[in-house]
Amino acid sequence: MASIVPISLTVGANRIVPAVAIPHPLGNPALPEDEERELRLNLVKKALRALQTEVEKQTVFEE
Amino acid sequence: MAKRKYKVVHYLNQFYAGIGGEEKADIPPLMKEGAVGPGKPLQQALGEQGEIVATVACGDSYFAENIEAAAEGVVEPVSRYKPDVFVAGPAFNAGRYGIACGASCAAVSKKLGIPVVTAMYKENPALELYRKEVYIIPTADSVRGMAEAIPKMASFVRKLGLGQEVGLPEEEGYFPRGIRVNQFVSRTGAERAVDMLVSKLRGEQFQTEYPMPTFERVPPSPGVKELQSATIALVTSGGIVPLGNPDRIEAASASKFAEYNIAGVYDLTPDAYQTCHGGYDPVYANRDPDRVLPLDAMRALEKDGTIGKLFDRYYVTVGNATSIANAQRFGKVIAEKLKAADVDGVILTST
Repeated sequence: MASIVPISLTVGANRIVPAVAIPHPLGNPALPEDEERELRLNLVKKALRALQTEVEKQTVFEE
Repeated sequence: MAKRKYKVVHYLNQFYAGIGGEEKADIPPLMKEGAVGPGKPLQQALGEQGEIVATVACGDSYFAENIEAAAEGVVEPVSRYKPDVFVAGPAFNAGRYGIACGASCAAVSKKLGIPVVTAMYKENPALELYRKEVYIIPTADSVRGMAEAIPKMASFVRKLGLGQEVGLPEEEGYFPRGIRVNQFVSRTGAERAVDMLVSKLRGEQFQTEYPMPTFERVPPSPGVKELQSATIALVTSGGIVPLGNPDRIEAASASKFAEYNIAGVYDLTPDAYQTCHGGYDPVYANRDPDRVLPLDAMRALEKDGTIGKLFDRYYVTVGNATSIANAQRFGKVIAEKLKAADVDGVILTST
């Protein structure tokens, strides 16, 4: 899970989930606490779906 | 009639432009008249023939998180100065800054059709992204190499400003762009290849005509089959450590990773955890370390049965300017430990 997808692609990550921002990849301090927790939960769920997905080559999980 | 001076616009990040540190890393592009910061010695090295007419500055995080929009935001004001050359950096081994230098050069070259050049360290991740489109001059990995970088950049800018032809990378001192130029040689490819092979067998030096890229590629692992019974581990390059950084992981150029037990920990709180990562504003990660290492979310998914178990230990290092050689070594050791512990899947978070 990374904020700058082009770097993840360059260094060879195979399953890439775009994250929020460099200083807070899995959070957003602008949101109320409960919404931020929800955002993080959803990003982690997305990463778990990526882990379950068979990939042949580097894949960015946008949705 | 006096010869017209060639005009140069210089790109810097918020730090080198004297605007501020990490707290200003999210500012969008802005223009300053004339040469600023490293632009001053650059101007001096350019002498009378060229003039840095303006400096465009942008926050590193703003640029890296909005690459296309930021590059657009650089091109538009730069075009108003009608420069003959655009130069960016040097970025040394700073990842976000390197991306900003590469992307702004690429955008200016494409939209304004003028020659561009930047400079950075050979392991800067931006090198592989932009070397094909942009002349990139090698520098040291840190600002200690500034005095060495400036004259090299100046002589390249002068060449571009005066419209002189740029020769081969080895002659001119820039990273090869992977462009092939036809040339006549007296011996066929077969003969040259056999010569190389013979030299190799004799243990002698030889020069390849087609070097391979250096980033290692790893075949993707198969997908996790049964998530409900899987053990998932967390690993991060974002520097989340127990308060006080007991293993003293370096804030930049990490020489080590650490392993911490999180059995019985359900939330990462500021009284027990912090980030030790340099190079990004640590305020958000220090207030809630879950923003970098999502332990609370993993616990929630463990509790509701989405995953079988969160692995009892997590691994952490700092990605800031850490050498590829070190990063590969950490990765191998961590992977072996995770495999030995029968972990089924890993979520790696990076800042």
